[in-house]
Amino acid sequence: MKKFFVPALLVSLLSLPVQAAEHYLIDTSKHHAFITFKIKHLGYSWLLGRFNDFSGSFDYDANNPSANKVDISIDMSSIDTNHAERDKHLRSDDFFDVEKYPKATFTTTSYADKGHGKAVLKGTLTLHGVKKAITIDVDQIGAGPDPWGGYRRGFEGTTTLHLSDYNLKKANILGPAAENVELYLSIEGIRQ
Amino acid sequence: MLLNNRARYGLVAIALHWLMAAGIFFLFGLGLYMTDLDYYDSWYHKGPDLHKALGMIVLLLLIARIPWRFLNVRPEPQGRPWEQRLAHWVHNGHYVLMVLVLVTGYLIPTAKGEGIDVFGFIEVPSIMLLSGPQEDLAGQVHWLSAWFLVVLGVLHALAAYKHHFVDKDDTLLRMIGRKAVTEPRKGKST
Repeated sequence: MKKFFVPALLVSLLSLPVQAAEHYLIDTSKHHAFITFKIKHLGYSWLLGRFNDFSGSFDYDANNPSANKVDISIDMSSIDTNHAERDKHLRSDDFFDVEKYPKATFTTTSYADKGHGKAVLKGTLTLHGVKKAITIDVDQIGAGPDPWGGYRRGFEGTTTLHLSDYNLKKANILGPAAENVELYLSIEGIRQ
Repeated sequence: MLLNNRARYGLVAIALHWLMAAGIFFLFGLGLYMTDLDYYDSWYHKGPDLHKALGMIVLLLLIARIPWRFLNVRPEPQGRPWEQRLAHWVHNGHYVLMVLVLVTGYLIPTAKGEGIDVFGFIEVPSIMLLSGPQEDLAGQVHWLSAWFLVVLGVLHALAAYKHHFVDKDDTLLRMIGRKAVTEPRKGKST
């Protein structure tokens, strides 16, 4: 009995990673991932920006997509709207107060597969110390081996945040046209 | 006339002193005013543009003034020995603070590579890129050194009045280009 038990255990352990979710690290070191936003300026045009530094990972299980999840941590001081003075203002306590709230995080609460690579990802965004449930519409772009011996999988996601939800001291000075912030995420992960 | 001598300041030193004094106090007031403006105020962009352009001119004056000061002879300090020592450190303190406030002021808007437009004549290019936290540190140093500089400037002015009205020497007069007709008025060594 014992003789058979050990190999059986080994086989079941070895087969476990195949059946379990694949774990991916978001490729931020080579910048194949982007967190960008746009917000209306005076209601006349879109202002574009992005966060240059963040890190995260996701679990992907094709057989059990409801177990898929994403965790992202954003370095708020890396906000970049291509204008040093504006970025300084956004980092200040008039807006994101990055000294007090250096990170924004997203953690998954649910993932609902909609077929054809589309999904609805729900989770908690913690921004400026405020926790909000947000919903991200997800589209899988592709997956496969890369030329350097790894395996990659990529998604895009969109969601709309409401500036007034996050208790930013001077957000109201931007006017009602700037209430909605459109987020666009492009995420590529390397399978671990 | 243009150069200093042991009795009085030359015209160049006098001009640099008063242009920079006026520039620095104006920049300080403008800086406080402009950072408190409403987004929809017509000066929301004009204020910082003027502040940066004037700041670059004052920085240029400082670049001219530092070698001028250290290569030129300086008029004899007046007052008691401890007053002369204090004045020495107050004067040097002005230079340290001017360098700090002007350099950090330059670093903030140029942190991402943008230059500073000086009234459409020239654009001062960025020479150093800063990360967000470094730019914020430059902002804090800018704010603090500006406050220290104007407080020190006010103390310096009060000391000049004291020389003029209490000691009745020509410390103030020689900085406005006037000099006692006969011998310089000597400080009373009480």
